[in-house]
Amino acid sequence: MSFIDAVIQYEFLQKALLTSTMVGIICGVIGCFIILRGMALMGDAISHAVLPGVAIAYMLGVNFFIGAVISGVVTAMGIGFVSQNSRIKNDISIGIMFTAAFALGIILITFMKSSTDLYHILFGNVLAVRPSDMWITLGIGIFVLLSVYLFYKELLVSSFDSTMAQAYGLPTKWIHYFLMTLLTMVTVASLQTVGIILVVAMLITPAATAYLLTDRLWIMIYLSAVFGVIASIVGLYFSFTYNLASGATIVLVSTVLFLLAFFFSPKQGILWRAIKSRNKKMSLS
Amino acid sequence: MKPVLHVSNLFVSYHGNDAIRDVNFSVKPGKLVGIIGPNGAGKSTLLKALLNLIPRDKGEVLFHGKSFADIRKSVAYLPQRSQIDWDFPINVLDTVIIGTYPGLGFFKKPRKKEKEWALQCLKEVGMDGFSKRQIGELSGGQQQRVFLARALAQKADIFFLDEPFVGVDVLSEETIIRILKKLTSMGKTIFVVHHDLSKANEYFDQLLLLNKELIQFGDANIVFQKDILARAYSGQFSFLEEMGVNA
Ligand SMILES: Nc1ncnc2c1ncn2[C@@H]1O[C@H](COP(=O)(O)OP(=O)(O)OP(=O)(O)O)[C@@H](O)[C@H]1O
Ligand SMILES: [Mg+2]
Repeated sequence: MSFIDAVIQYEFLQKALLTSTMVGIICGVIGCFIILRGMALMGDAISHAVLPGVAIAYMLGVNFFIGAVISGVVTAMGIGFVSQNSRIKNDISIGIMFTAAFALGIILITFMKSSTDLYHILFGNVLAVRPSDMWITLGIGIFVLLSVYLFYKELLVSSFDSTMAQAYGLPTKWIHYFLMTLLTMVTVASLQTVGIILVVAMLITPAATAYLLTDRLWIMIYLSAVFGVIASIVGLYFSFTYNLASGATIVLVSTVLFLLAFFFSPKQGILWRAIKSRNKKMSLS
Repeated sequence: MKPVLHVSNLFVSYHGNDAIRDVNFSVKPGKLVGIIGPNGAGKSTLLKALLNLIPRDKGEVLFHGKSFADIRKSVAYLPQRSQIDWDFPINVLDTVIIGTYPGLGFFKKPRKKEKEWALQCLKEVGMDGFSKRQIGELSGGQQQRVFLARALAQKADIFFLDEPFVGVDVLSEETIIRILKKLTSMGKTIFVVHHDLSKANEYFDQLLLLNKELIQFGDANIVFQKDILARAYSGQFSFLEEMGVNA
């Protein structure tokens, strides 16, 4: 049976497709701000830091979304607190805090006595998306996109020139924590599709691909979302057809897109750069 | 006339080391004020403290009799070193359009009007031919002019420019001074941190001579005297003579 027939026939596949498309879009959008602010490591940190929250939420029987957001935001604040109040630099602080949170999460998960749960949280299992998860992802998606649309100006200035933003009265610190909250929400929404370990790839790779192709932020955001969606759909296809882990196939597809841009981007691609400088040298000799 | 800016007993330190001590001055609207002094004199610190970008230990700063928070949208600031990422995906025009953001407030997006205004500001600094360039693809002086255009786009009443002429060639420097003089004739007040003493008395209406303490503040030709300048530049007389300062 072909992938398309299967999608038409199986509801679980439709849900998977819808969820991963949404995840592709929001990861692409938020990822642009993450890479432009030099916070790629932070994306990785937050995704790992949601683990203890997820574990506690499972134990208490509440939705894992709530626990994940709380532990993600608390870790983000802890990272900021340590780096602002000591000579410890941000990247070091990130390394300390997220590994601590992740380690705590692993211990908590073992109390749940179900290793398949851990496996799914770590590596994603998009084919087992429940309706409630799908709706949460959709809700998060709308919230994230609306926030970026409404606060686009503020996100742009504070990412580009935070001194100016601060001088004219924008609460740059709060914008940072707001973005961290959005990042946490996006991470949580991605758990089912790609899993904790690989979320960072969905945040960074499509955005980096777009970054190589344009010099304007809004175009970068759209491109990044498109790449995220392509990666999700094509990745899902390979995952379903060859029975592979969805997170891994999705990430590899986005890596292929990145490599294409890396070599062939008209402005930044290494191929054109080499050709142009060779032509220049030839014309001079 | 009431002063635009009134500063009294201003003290600022970094980790307990004084950067500026007991600075007092008051500026009337429509003045082009040069802030001069040797490296490390606290010129940049003074601007940052006035703009609440760093905490003050003591002192009062009033703009039109109000605190900075009440008037911050009418202030444009050009830092000495923009800590920005020159690879950011933004072109020259969009950079200047950012200058209109403070006036737009939340939720409103810049439209055609803002775009045209930004282009006009670019024209003022002679950079309108570069509007589609990514900002990293400009020379240092061109970048400086773009950021000046952004300050103009802000339609501010008060400007604080920290060494706007670094890397700018003589011709552009004079164009920019002309623009600044035009702005002051319209009642705007402009503070410029400036390094090159040779033209300080031609360029500015008033000079603020700083070396941790305020050495002297007043009309340019009064402050611009060898013995007064020497007090800030700790007796570098030969240097001052080379710069064309007469006794
Ligand atoms: N972030 C900082 N932390 C600690 N000390 C600082 C900091 N910034 C400035 N200083 C110190 O405060 C003093 C004043 O610095 P400031 O940058 O205001 O000087 P400046 O007059 O602008 O000098 P320049 O002409 O080199 O720009 C200097 O002695 C400097 O070493
Ligand atoms: Mg300085």
